[in-house]
Amino acid sequence: MTTDHAADLGDHAADIDKHVKVYVTVFVALMALTLITVAISYVHLPTPMAITVAMLVALVKGSLVACYFMHLISEKKLILAVLGLTAAFFVVLLALPILTHSNGYWIH
Amino acid sequence: MEIPYTFEVRRDTGLTNGKIGLWLFLASEVMLFGALFASYILIRTGAPSWPRGDTILNVPLATFNTIVLISSSVTMVMSWASLMRRRIGTFRIYMAMTIALGFVFLLVKYFEYSHKFHEGLLPSSNNFLAIYFTLTGLHMLHVAGGMAVNAYLLGPGSKLYKTNPVWFTNRVENSGLFWHFVDLVWIFLFPTLYLL
Repeated sequence: MTTDHAADLGDHAADIDKHVKVYVTVFVALMALTLITVAISYVHLPTPMAITVAMLVALVKGSLVACYFMHLISEKKLILAVLGLTAAFFVVLLALPILTHSNGYWIH
Repeated sequence: MEIPYTFEVRRDTGLTNGKIGLWLFLASEVMLFGALFASYILIRTGAPSWPRGDTILNVPLATFNTIVLISSSVTMVMSWASLMRRRIGTFRIYMAMTIALGFVFLLVKYFEYSHKFHEGLLPSSNNFLAIYFTLTGLHMLHVAGGMAVNAYLLGPGSKLYKTNPVWFTNRVENSGLFWHFVDLVWIFLFPTLYLL
């Protein structure tokens, strides 16, 4: 549900009630995942494993925020396309330094 | 001249111009923080040794701040939901809570920074602290910017609700998108800097 869909505000009270329940559920999930993230850090896993687990949990948390609080789950295709393009460039941006350091600095 | 498509949606995009503009801005923000994260990876992987964040930084305080920022995201989205239900009074309460939580976040960061400065730990001390202060400093600027916009929407900006409630609700939604993005960035900053 976005404001754009609601030229007639107030006519979607029942829909909004459903959304509010989802927001509360997502909030509880985010709190639980935050505590899990901190708890895992006290286990002192090997660094590569710790990075993988921490980033996976962060990815789940970030997806919950983006999908439900930012309404991406029901967003228009144009915005999803813009974000898809952004995500592709973002991955390249993060991959460059990793590739630079892998197997003998093959990117100069 | 009236600005087009501020509250009515464009037929071709199905969106208001403000919302598209906001998402394009967020896309540029992703690349800004992405560049800094890439720099962090480059410096960390190139360093002969790297300290764990929890040996230098205060994890309980950062955990508290994470809870504060996530809570502020919920109050932000609830402020928008209140407007969708045409409850301006409830909107004001949730928006005030969002601003207050943002203030708490900045206050905690102030104590964290002061403690570090007091111990002589400065951005120039080492690469870890340089990255820590750059990333969290930029993030704090974003929190402050979001608070300023939210304060405007709570104060003088709310007059628009009387004349055009849909347009005002759109503005709150767009401000909320920025605020959630700031929360999203912190969700990644917290484990990256404090726990790994």
